[in-house]
Amino acid sequence: MGATPVTDAAWTDEVLESDKPVLIDFWAEWCGPCRMVSPIVDEIADEHGESLKVLKLNVDENPGTAREYGVMSIPTLLVFKDGQPDKRIVGAKGKAALLADLADYTS
Amino acid sequence: MSSTDTHNDTHDVVIIGSGPAGLTAAVYAARANLEPLVVEGVVEGGPTGGQLTLTTDVENYPGFADGIMGPELILQMRAQAERFGTRFVTEDVVKANLDQRPFTLETASGNSITTQALIVATGAKPRRLEIPGEDELWGAGVSACATCDGFFFRDQHVVVVGGGDSAMEEAMFLTKFASKVTVVHRRDELRASQIMQDRAFANDKIEWVWNAIPIEVNGSDGQVSSLTLKDTQTGDESDLACDGLFLAIGHIPNTWLFDGTLDADDEGYLIVDEPSTHTNVPGVFACGDVMDHTYRQAVTAAGTGCRAAIDAERWLAAEGLEG
Repeated sequence: MGATPVTDAAWTDEVLESDKPVLIDFWAEWCGPCRMVSPIVDEIADEHGESLKVLKLNVDENPGTAREYGVMSIPTLLVFKDGQPDKRIVGAKGKAALLADLADYTS
Repeated sequence: MSSTDTHNDTHDVVIIGSGPAGLTAAVYAARANLEPLVVEGVVEGGPTGGQLTLTTDVENYPGFADGIMGPELILQMRAQAERFGTRFVTEDVVKANLDQRPFTLETASGNSITTQALIVATGAKPRRLEIPGEDELWGAGVSACATCDGFFFRDQHVVVVGGGDSAMEEAMFLTKFASKVTVVHRRDELRASQIMQDRAFANDKIEWVWNAIPIEVNGSDGQVSSLTLKDTQTGDESDLACDGLFLAIGHIPNTWLFDGTLDADDEGYLIVDEPSTHTNVPGVFACGDVMDHTYRQAVTAAGTGCRAAIDAERWLAAEGLEG
């Protein structure tokens, strides 16, 4: 399964009005470090999907949302809770470090 | 990507690092039936796959007449190593015990890996300015990866700090997006190769500030707004308004795992017994940017990776440890 793609158009429905916390992976094809992080995000989606909704947003195709939330470096992971950005993780990290950062949302 | 099977049994060869040096060592070691294990690294020493994953077109790697994308070149090398039986662990090494053989490595998740021979291919990572504002605005306009983040600066003004080939490459890449790129350099001439200088000087989107060093990154609303510069001749300070700041001020070799055990030079690069790749600890070999502050090319890293694998193979055979 892995992370589900989300678009600018679906952002409000999928992220802002979600009942669960939402993790969004901001990525692009041309970003080398994103290729390293995305498989880890996919694993987190599969392992923690019950407590955390996991989405990925292609910044090339959806520049509006990245701009709106000040994403100026990828990979960036944002967590939204109750429609508000709650956590920002910039740059590539290993799975253990990511899970530690996300502990509030995955338990 | 499997992390199974790394306990208990002692490996013939373990390679730390997954750039061109580590992966070339893996290809050679695998073809010598040493069943190498590559501990790829994730973040401590830079991204998995090394600095090439942060580049775009690589035009000087032989065999690719039309150039190849850096991340693609690394994926090809990895696939080639895998084809001959290399196994991979996608983790950072956090501790290396080289005091006794077999050597023991500990990974971030607590895995313990033992090996007879160790090939260190940990590379180097970008140097930071270490000035106020840099950490606070990292990812909010401050970056060390133009290919990752240039996209976010369309029609904006960005600054590149540095005067070498990578600074020129970053600056020219950024002109695809930015309205203006200002290169700030601490001297009045560049260290970059002539061809890169010629290309950069010919680019009319690039402006130059000479004899200046950044002393503070300033932000407003959580984003970079300007850079405070100090003139190295007059000592005068001035503010340069900008939306982004890209660092290209060289690299620091990733050697902290081996502080006190492996000999390093004044700049921290591992010392090997040239022309071999033997370090001062028998059975430990070093290759790639972690031991090379002179050439630092993908092809030279691959070349030393090959030497390290052959050195390790011969050392294992001489010690009667192979298999």
